[in-house]
Amino acid sequence: MSKGERTSRIQPVPKLPTGITGLDEITGGGLPTNRVSLIYGPSGAGKTILGMQFLIHGAVNCDDPGVFIAFEETVDELAADFTSFGYDVKGLISQKRLFIDHIDLKIDRNKIVGDYDLQGLLARLKHAIKAVGAKRVFIDSIGTLFNTKLDPGIVRDALEKLFTYLKECGMTVVLSATSEGEIFEHGLGRSLSDCIIQLGMRVEENISRRFVRIIKYRGSGHGMDEFPFLIFDSGILVLPITSVIMEYKVSRERVSSGLSALDDMLNGGYFRGSGILISGEPGTGKTSAAAQLASSTCQKGERCLYFSLEESSDQLIRNMGSIGLDLSPFVRKGLLQIHAMRPTMYGLEMHLVTMQRMMAEFKPHAVIIDPVSNLPAVGSIPEVRSMLSRLIYFMKANHVTAVFTALMTGDIPETQLGISSFMDTWIQLTNHQYGGELTRLLSVVKSRGMAHSNQQREFTMSDDGIRLVDVYVGPQGILTGSARAVQQVKDEIASDSRRKQMKENDLDFENVRRRSKGQMEDLRIEVERARLRMERLNRELEFAEDAEVLGRKRLGRARQGKTAAAKPRKKK
Amino acid sequence: MAARSWHLVIYIGDGSSSRLALESARSLCDEHLKGRCTLEVIDINENPELAYKHNILILPTLVRRLPLPVMKLVGASPDLDLLARALDIK
Repeated sequence: MSKGERTSRIQPVPKLPTGITGLDEITGGGLPTNRVSLIYGPSGAGKTILGMQFLIHGAVNCDDPGVFIAFEETVDELAADFTSFGYDVKGLISQKRLFIDHIDLKIDRNKIVGDYDLQGLLARLKHAIKAVGAKRVFIDSIGTLFNTKLDPGIVRDALEKLFTYLKECGMTVVLSATSEGEIFEHGLGRSLSDCIIQLGMRVEENISRRFVRIIKYRGSGHGMDEFPFLIFDSGILVLPITSVIMEYKVSRERVSSGLSALDDMLNGGYFRGSGILISGEPGTGKTSAAAQLASSTCQKGERCLYFSLEESSDQLIRNMGSIGLDLSPFVRKGLLQIHAMRPTMYGLEMHLVTMQRMMAEFKPHAVIIDPVSNLPAVGSIPEVRSMLSRLIYFMKANHVTAVFTALMTGDIPETQLGISSFMDTWIQLTNHQYGGELTRLLSVVKSRGMAHSNQQREFTMSDDGIRLVDVYVGPQGILTGSARAVQQVKDEIASDSRRKQMKENDLDFENVRRRSKGQMEDLRIEVERARLRMERLNRELEFAEDAEVLGRKRLGRARQGKTAAAKPRKKK
Repeated sequence: MAARSWHLVIYIGDGSSSRLALESARSLCDEHLKGRCTLEVIDINENPELAYKHNILILPTLVRRLPLPVMKLVGASPDLDLLARALDIK
């Protein structure tokens, strides 16, 4: 392999961007420069919009003036159509950045009197290109030209001359047709094989979907899939279903779920920018649990976007009011936006785009989609999963904390959508039947990247709000509701009687202590008395002894004839 | 009615059919509308902006500008009677 060959193989085909979000991505940069690209599809598929966007993007953003050869619509009609997309067609025309030539093809067969050709077409195109110094050309549509009283052979000759001219003068051309066959049956296939793009529409279960598919792109790699696309109020948007690249940064910041007991179970709350699934059977309080996030978000002065796919905005506010959650002040302050939309209002892709656009405009800190389980009404489960995975990616990349609610039926441990794997935290609400009563239990099924409680809590809702109560674990399993209340009363009675017993014991002791104290005093007095008596008796005894001694001495002196008694004692 | 003045415009390009049509138009003026017709010849390749302004696609095109109503014939024919009938020339 020579070096030259290698270079020419690697050399990418030069491309001009169309400015259509997504189309430039799936074509690897746009349409081939200095080539004719064929866009085909049925009426209403969006060919004119695509072509016009290609021209306007060139005129406005790339300094590539454009020429529009319109066989179907007049300049005024086109200007009016595209004004609704926000394009100032007349303005671009007067600035000589766009030239629209409407070629009227109404031909009366009776007025054709002999041989003719279509030199006028080329002449007009040359004039238009020269008038604005065009680099881009859009011809809409070739089918119209063939569906006239004109001889197809003459039309083909004229078109071939046209294509040759366009290539010679370096134009990048978009040509529209209603079908591929239309081109090939007239022998134009060879001139138009550089880039072929199909635009289609399909109606499935009453929901129409648009798709774009690149049939051929000479010298360039391209996706072969049908990419869904949308026409919305600023033009075409193609949504490539590419693999989601996990390159967003994650946050370690916690945000409150709005329920302090749940925050405790999650060891501090949800992670900012994480995806939370709240699944549950009907009536388990999914919406109520989700709405807590709206409230806690708005209380901090942050913004929350609530997509309600089941209830109207008023209904949601009223229902949340019944459990003591007043959302209306947040709506008034502009911190909470509630968008109620029926799932069947749009196709799935339109929902995705609508949500993304609303998020881009409102820049919410938290988003609630309630419930996602309604979306399969407008798409198959794989499509819903694909849409949700893209939505979650979008939210994660923007650090939006997202709560999705999903209805679960029966004992299926997974939502029917199979979306739990996209979620960082999964909270499950279940109905618990015990003692002829239905109560609700909340458990954290999983929570990535955080320690979390494995215990279930009873989830109660009243006009005071939501409460999470520790459940009683008894021999028959967990006790909730009345059973828990009964147990609580029993416990209270038991504890009360214990308290009374203790009081009694205290009194008994005090009694004994007091009694003992009295007895001790008596004994002390008795001892004192005994001591006094002892002292008295001893003194008496002493006195008696002295008296005896004195008596004896007196007696002795008396015997000796002496009267004084003191002196003889000293001598002794 | 002899005072009726006719104004015909012929749009031509390159090629034999344009040449033929121009010839026929000139003959028509000389033979059917002698003295009461002006013929304007527009070569599209020289004045392409007129093709745009006058919405001319097919060449050759012969237009009866006056008298009203405007009539348009396309294609080249050597048959002057046919052309006269088509343009409503009496």
